[in-house]
Amino acid sequence: MSVTGVTSIAVSSMSGYLTRRFVQSIIVIIGISIVVFVISRLSGDPVNLMVSMDTPEKYRVILRKELGLDKPIPIQYLIFLRGALKGDFGESIRYGEPALRLVLQRLPATLRLLLFTLFWSLIFAIPIGIFSAIKRNSFFDLIGMACTFLGQSIPSFWAGIMLIMIVGVYLRLLPISGYGNGDFAHLVLPAFTLGTLEMASFARITRSSMLDVLNMDYVQTARSKGLSEFVVITKHALRNALIPIVTMLGLHVAYMMGGAVITEQIFAYPGVGWLAVQSIYNRDFPIIQAIVMVVSIGIVVTNFVIDIVYTLIDPRIRYD
Amino acid sequence: MIEQSNVLRKTRKNKMILFSSMLIMITCICGAFANFLAPFSPYDQDLGNRLQPPLWRDLNNRVHLLGTDHLGRDILSRILYGIRVSLLVGILAVTVSAVFGVILGLISGYYGGVFDDAIMRMTDVLLAIPLLLLAISIIAVFGSSIKILILVIGFTQWMAYARVVRGETLSLREKDFVMSARAVGASNRHIILHYIFPNTLSSIMVLITLNIATVIVLEAGLSFLGMGIQPPEPSLGTMLSESKDYLSRAWWMSTFPGLTIMLIILGINLFGDGLRDVLDPRLENY
Repeated sequence: MSVTGVTSIAVSSMSGYLTRRFVQSIIVIIGISIVVFVISRLSGDPVNLMVSMDTPEKYRVILRKELGLDKPIPIQYLIFLRGALKGDFGESIRYGEPALRLVLQRLPATLRLLLFTLFWSLIFAIPIGIFSAIKRNSFFDLIGMACTFLGQSIPSFWAGIMLIMIVGVYLRLLPISGYGNGDFAHLVLPAFTLGTLEMASFARITRSSMLDVLNMDYVQTARSKGLSEFVVITKHALRNALIPIVTMLGLHVAYMMGGAVITEQIFAYPGVGWLAVQSIYNRDFPIIQAIVMVVSIGIVVTNFVIDIVYTLIDPRIRYD
Repeated sequence: MIEQSNVLRKTRKNKMILFSSMLIMITCICGAFANFLAPFSPYDQDLGNRLQPPLWRDLNNRVHLLGTDHLGRDILSRILYGIRVSLLVGILAVTVSAVFGVILGLISGYYGGVFDDAIMRMTDVLLAIPLLLLAISIIAVFGSSIKILILVIGFTQWMAYARVVRGETLSLREKDFVMSARAVGASNRHIILHYIFPNTLSSIMVLITLNIATVIVLEAGLSFLGMGIQPPEPSLGTMLSESKDYLSRAWWMSTFPGLTIMLIILGINLFGDGLRDVLDPRLENY
């Protein structure tokens, strides 16, 4: 009786918590649309950002009317929002196609890059972090932590250039640019470039949270029950030590997306980041708007999903 | 046993702080005295001497210690001036973001209510947009110049300050010494400036240190993409982007500027880490 009572309270407060987070996410997405709108209006005449420089004045006048630029700013925002909701960010100046479609075409390449980067950096970072924590102050710990410090200090664009020079140009082991047909070889160097920093920070987070957990009473209890150190670490400590990684994941997805802009540019990897930089060179603002919206909404959604996962794996979470 | 390992750790930290302060000092000296230290002008081209390798690879080259670039400019001199630009942008942009973020954080934490909600939602929004995308879309509108670069970077960095200062203000606001100040009739402004702000300074110091590293990397990254410092101004990011076409012929063009950035960032990160351990271990995640 009492058990079911407790469970139902927990479930209702959990769904309440998730509802609140959902509403917050919607507010953030609206906020993002305001930021994108404001940036496009910063220059004075947004028409300059929408058409190429040699467009005759009479088309500009038509476009101004169409965009409602003669109306007050809040109305202009609502017109922008209505377009955005329908997925309409205008046409690309360079390609003459809807900006959103161009962005969505590039999205799979970037997602592949992000997922593979996340995969390999976690595969390396978690064991390194755990082992450094267990053998604290050992030689391995010292070297491991020195490497993570270096990893966090190497700017990704330099790492990318060095990899191209050593692996691509001198050793001729891997292709240094493009997408190929989406084969694995073209993914290795960009993913390595993008993941160095992530791996270093994940390893440090794992190590410090593992150190915290290893000092907890319940781990000591597990040890004193005579369980082997291996069981104590894998069964009792690790599960809780990984929670901070899940917490930081949302923030790191945003970092990685920023890093992807530079990485894709270095390797001419045809993803969203590459498209963003090319669009700036081409002064193709509708595409940039669409990219900022799509990517940021992606990050908000990812964070929301992480929150759901988080409430599932961490029973201690406070729903407020 | 535990004490011993702590002592060990502390000494190691102290060595790290010593090592990193030396790195930072060297960086600052290089940047500040670039005009005295640089053997050449960073702008002077010498097309007869293009792509000269570093001194030790070519005994005929007696003047260009780290070699020359594709226009025959001295790489060492360009690096020294590049450090100056990096530090200048780093310090000014961090000042902009720290001032902005701290003020918003103090207001948000102290007054709460609508201010607090609005400011915190604003940080949520800006943290959801990847930094580099936000920066390049603003630069796409304004074009790039060093002033715009500093303002744009400043604008994309204030959120961490606002959040941390808000958190500290929230707890300080309830402390006895603030209550007693309020009881004797101190104004809100006075309480914020003289009671709350000084107590948030140590966290702000840690954030500023680590933030300078982020900002320097951001500036170099934007310059690398051609959206930051414009050629022929020497910037470490621009040098790296110019080196891309000469990877098979001139490894020194890409190696030395990159190494310089790495050492600067390493110094700042190590120092910030040490500082955090001393001043405020709770800031781990920022």
